[in-house]
Amino acid sequence: MDEQDKGIKEEKNMPTSDATEKTPKDISRRNALKALAGIPVAGLFGFELSRKINYDKNRRSRIVQELGLDKMDFSIPDYGKDEARDIIRIGIIGFGRRAEQLSAGLGFMHPDEVERRTNNNTLRSWLEQENLNVAITGICDVFDLHAQRGLEVANNNLRDGASKLPIKRYRTYQDMLADKDIDAVIISTPDHHHGFMAIDATKAGKHVYLEKSVAHTEEELNELYHTVKNSHITFQLGHQITQSTVFKQAKEIIDKNVLGKITLIETTSNRNTAEGAWIRHLDADGNPKPGDEKSIDWMQWLGNTPYVPFSIDRFYNWTKWFAYDTGLIGQLFTHEFDAVNQLLRIGIPKSVSSSGGIYYWKDNREMPDSLHCVFEYPDKDLTLLYSGNLASSRSRGRVFMGHDASMELGNNIKITVDRNSTQYQKGIASGLIDTSEPMLSFNPGAGQIDAVTSASERYYADRGLTNTVIGGRQVDVTHLHLREWLNCIRENKTPSAHIDVAYEEGIACLMAHRSYLEKRQVFWDEVNRKII
Amino acid sequence: MISEKNYTKSQLIFLLTLRFAIGWHVLYEGISKVINPQWTSADFLHESQGILSGFAKWILSNADLLATIDVLNAWGLVLIGLALIFGFLFKPAAIIGSILIFIYYLSVPPLVGYEYTLPSDGSNLIINRTLIEAIALFGLALFPTNRIFGLDHFFQSHFKKRTKNG
Repeated sequence: MDEQDKGIKEEKNMPTSDATEKTPKDISRRNALKALAGIPVAGLFGFELSRKINYDKNRRSRIVQELGLDKMDFSIPDYGKDEARDIIRIGIIGFGRRAEQLSAGLGFMHPDEVERRTNNNTLRSWLEQENLNVAITGICDVFDLHAQRGLEVANNNLRDGASKLPIKRYRTYQDMLADKDIDAVIISTPDHHHGFMAIDATKAGKHVYLEKSVAHTEEELNELYHTVKNSHITFQLGHQITQSTVFKQAKEIIDKNVLGKITLIETTSNRNTAEGAWIRHLDADGNPKPGDEKSIDWMQWLGNTPYVPFSIDRFYNWTKWFAYDTGLIGQLFTHEFDAVNQLLRIGIPKSVSSSGGIYYWKDNREMPDSLHCVFEYPDKDLTLLYSGNLASSRSRGRVFMGHDASMELGNNIKITVDRNSTQYQKGIASGLIDTSEPMLSFNPGAGQIDAVTSASERYYADRGLTNTVIGGRQVDVTHLHLREWLNCIRENKTPSAHIDVAYEEGIACLMAHRSYLEKRQVFWDEVNRKII
Repeated sequence: MISEKNYTKSQLIFLLTLRFAIGWHVLYEGISKVINPQWTSADFLHESQGILSGFAKWILSNADLLATIDVLNAWGLVLIGLALIFGFLFKPAAIIGSILIFIYYLSVPPLVGYEYTLPSDGSNLIINRTLIEAIALFGLALFPTNRIFGLDHFFQSHFKKRTKNG
């Protein structure tokens, strides 16, 4: 069938009165016009699309302007400058799971882990990390297996491979501190060692990177505070959370008074796994993890805590007992407090009351699995709430409640304007601001996958504790926090999680813990600087 | 065999309306992704359940692959949308488009027992709007209108003339 036939046949279906009078040329022209029927549709589409784009742009820029957020830049301008610097020699005390992550942040990884991450495609961000010019030259662990693992990690540098400097295993942390070939120490032991180890390290003149929580008793905390204050070392508490880009944005948002007066902050921990409830002595197949009295120096592990016979349960699951930790407070609330304190510098609360109990994980633990603490700051017109639960993973977020807007802060930021806000009254009335859903969200990680897998890791990622994005690249926040510490050591500056914030956090945590133990509201005596 | 010459006027109007509507929707789905630098299919893929969930996980496990899929998907939608509206390479576009939309459906099918965290559009049991769009688009491939109301008219004429002359 040729073109003309087709035209005629088609015309039969068209109810035009003068169809029979048309010449083939007319028909052909007409068919050609019909063939272009998509053009008006596309034209209309283009018109509506440009209207939509303009509308969105306009609305967004008006909201952003209204909130005063139009000029925000959070890049780290000097990140990635690979300049040669003197090598800082680091000793790691306590080489468990956290120490492996810290080593990765420094640029060291076990060959097996390199292989695993090569296979699941999560190695790249690590390889792109800035060279921090450090060497791990000492490992101290009471468990032979962990010490051995530490030595292997220390000998596998991201750039140079095997270490040029000798790597030593120290049997005790005192041996390490006595060695002049160690410049700085990272303390990542169970919590009951933190305080006195950090004190001794400071006295030995070593720079200290101390994992949370700061100290297990008030006396230890006071001594640590004064020792560091009277020293020349650089002290950093291991709270990597503030290195995240979203925290810098959140700070900007609060400083610009976008939220109005904040009188309530709600922080939570929400976990629902055995591992999350500190049951960690079994491997993925349910078999007991390695370790016995021959390979573990049990007396050294116990430190100043009361003697108990060797227990693999205590060795791996120490968080369950009061002798070694403060549980939800020490492990999880510390991050929440740090997040809030870095943003608002709320300091030490006037009073704390805690309550809770062991409601789900009814094993041999002393530590509550459900705990709720109220921190009062009457001078700042502010209440900080903490609610931790280990038997429900329902995400309850971390929310800053202001009179004008609330901010949910995790690995992104969501700001929802309050429907009774004074500041935004006009915007709400004009319909520019919708109070039924988050008005703005910042998500610097969009378009990137997070390389996290297990439920616990996912939890940390959701709370901004693992990665952040700088210039479109995923960067490990622990790496940034270590980098800040090392830069401060070199330039003799004060890092973000310095001894004052560490002290405030330590006191707030000890108050919360004491309140739970003594079943009463505890207070901070500002004059005598002690918990009463 | 059904050909476009057999349609009544109202049938043609219906087919064209459907073609433009689906074309418009697919084109905007594509463009909205292209112009939003933050867009990623990761959230959608995380939701995946059923027979394609393994495929979704595989894409998610590889950052480069995910980025490639995102670009191909967004631009694929744009091209399919344009092809449907302009009636250019209409049949392959309609068939590929319906398969693509069917893949979206299979990634998050509303089957009994499947729960999703992202909000769904309306109340669905097995059948949802995505599946209906896939079916409708496949139907359009069977009832083509591109050789009357589409650029394929010229190409076909051109091709016919050439074969006739040659």
